[in-house]
Amino acid sequence: MGEDRRYPFCEIDQEECKGCGLCVASCPAKVLEIDQGKLNSKGFHPSSYKGQGCLGCGNCFYTCPEPGAVTVYLKGYVPEEVK
Amino acid sequence: MARPAVLRKPLGFVGRYEHKPGAEKNRTHYCPGCGHGILHKLIAEALEDFEITDRAIMISPVGCSVFAYYYFNAGNLQVPHGRAPAVATAVSRANPHAVVMSYQGDGDLAAIGGNHIVQAANRGENIAVFFVNNAIYGMTGGQMAPTTIEGMKTTTTPYGRNPLTDGYPMKISELLDSLHAPVFIARTSLHDPANIRKTRAAVRKAIQYTIEKKGFSLVEVLSMCPSNWKMDAVSSQEWIRDVLIPVFPLGTLRDRGSEAVEMKRPVPTFDPAKVREVLGVGGGKQKALARRRVDPKYADPSIRIAGFGGQGILSAGTAIANVGLEYGYNVSWLPSYGPEMRGGTANCSVKIREGSIGEPEATQPTVVIAMNRPSMEKFEQILKPGGTLIYNSTLIEVEPGRKDVETWAVPITGIADGLGNTKVQSMVAVGAFAGVTGLFGLDDIKGLLPAMFESEAMVLLNEKAVEAGYDYVTGMRR
Repeated sequence: MGEDRRYPFCEIDQEECKGCGLCVASCPAKVLEIDQGKLNSKGFHPSSYKGQGCLGCGNCFYTCPEPGAVTVYLKGYVPEEVK
Repeated sequence: MARPAVLRKPLGFVGRYEHKPGAEKNRTHYCPGCGHGILHKLIAEALEDFEITDRAIMISPVGCSVFAYYYFNAGNLQVPHGRAPAVATAVSRANPHAVVMSYQGDGDLAAIGGNHIVQAANRGENIAVFFVNNAIYGMTGGQMAPTTIEGMKTTTTPYGRNPLTDGYPMKISELLDSLHAPVFIARTSLHDPANIRKTRAAVRKAIQYTIEKKGFSLVEVLSMCPSNWKMDAVSSQEWIRDVLIPVFPLGTLRDRGSEAVEMKRPVPTFDPAKVREVLGVGGGKQKALARRRVDPKYADPSIRIAGFGGQGILSAGTAIANVGLEYGYNVSWLPSYGPEMRGGTANCSVKIREGSIGEPEATQPTVVIAMNRPSMEKFEQILKPGGTLIYNSTLIEVEPGRKDVETWAVPITGIADGLGNTKVQSMVAVGAFAGVTGLFGLDDIKGLLPAMFESEAMVLLNEKAVEAGYDYVTGMRR
């Protein structure tokens, strides 16, 4: 999957997510949504990335109250396995 | 160090929250949409970027953020309600190299800890305070906080906060801005990404100033409490924007970082001679008196002195403790406080030890000096078997009840009266104590009197009193 991935992109850890929706509201590109079809182990509908269109602005990262739920890979990010 | 091109969980957090009980070690305990997690992330990111995780110390308060120590990859202390600035002061003073942060909510900082924060700010302590203002008590279930706004319904203001009965919302940043010492005071908000970034900048500035030892910084952060506001997270952000900010305007109230210089506090010193001088003991003399050979049954005494208020009970105790100090013993003196002080009786505990002293109260004394009958009846009960009871036979006309202790009937008040001043009975008691136990030499005590009394006449009178008490008991021994 690595080489197909287009940077920047956003990764949500759906197990850590509490579904508060702050990231969805913060996203200027509107590429995040609450996944109503999914429930995580805590019973939250988690946020998810639509798969394309991330601007790499970092709004979701700074707005998310869960320390590890959102990771944003910016343009110019080189994955460990490529280094 | 250039940041990698990825925004991920900062290293200012621990990887797994091992201190958090239960199976869930990856998620925080905060409610969905709570502002604490956002502020935690901004702080954790700064700890990583400034490379201070090995010398940052986070003081956690009481409130929802009581468990901040589960998360931060730093030194952590969790302290009693409102006391974070006091503990932060101690940590920062004791270890100036530490980067000390105090993290507090509005109930903690503005209510019970209101005076602590004012005093710490006024002393210009070198700490960064993160003050989370969500206008409500979160952990305890949504009660009114000092920062609750007018008309706001809480569990303790069900009709809305009414200034006529509940006062006005307290503006802590403005309050602290009236003080001279603080270096940086700002109010920010978490209600949208732009303001979260301003909060980020303020957090970093406060930490930077603390690293540079510039003094006291406080960042007040308007933060969401969706659970107690009974709103969803996004509506909570809108409520901050529309309702809270008009009451608590955002902005930097003070930034004196560019003119502030590194604080260089005087190095704490311990000067025994100065302490002696202040206490009026021994006139700053360094050398201890030569110890006397003491019968083992009188060595290391735990002493209880008791009588009427006005009989010089407490001063007899301080005199015995001070003389013990001059021999180089460890001593303690503990007056009794409580209703009995105003009820006309007084007592104190004195301990004299070769080694260290644990509890200063003589709960099982080896020596009791009873100056009146109620005191004898009360304290002979707790006298250790084989202990020593010195009682004032002028006022106590009954025999002691205990038969398993050594008793000394000394007409202490009568001796003092004979010297023309009833007040010197405390020094008669000191003399009797010295004579019975042999712990102190008569001439040694006399030598210390000039440091205890101001006028020469009082020194002479008390010399006679000590001598009379001493001679009376040594005469009984013969």
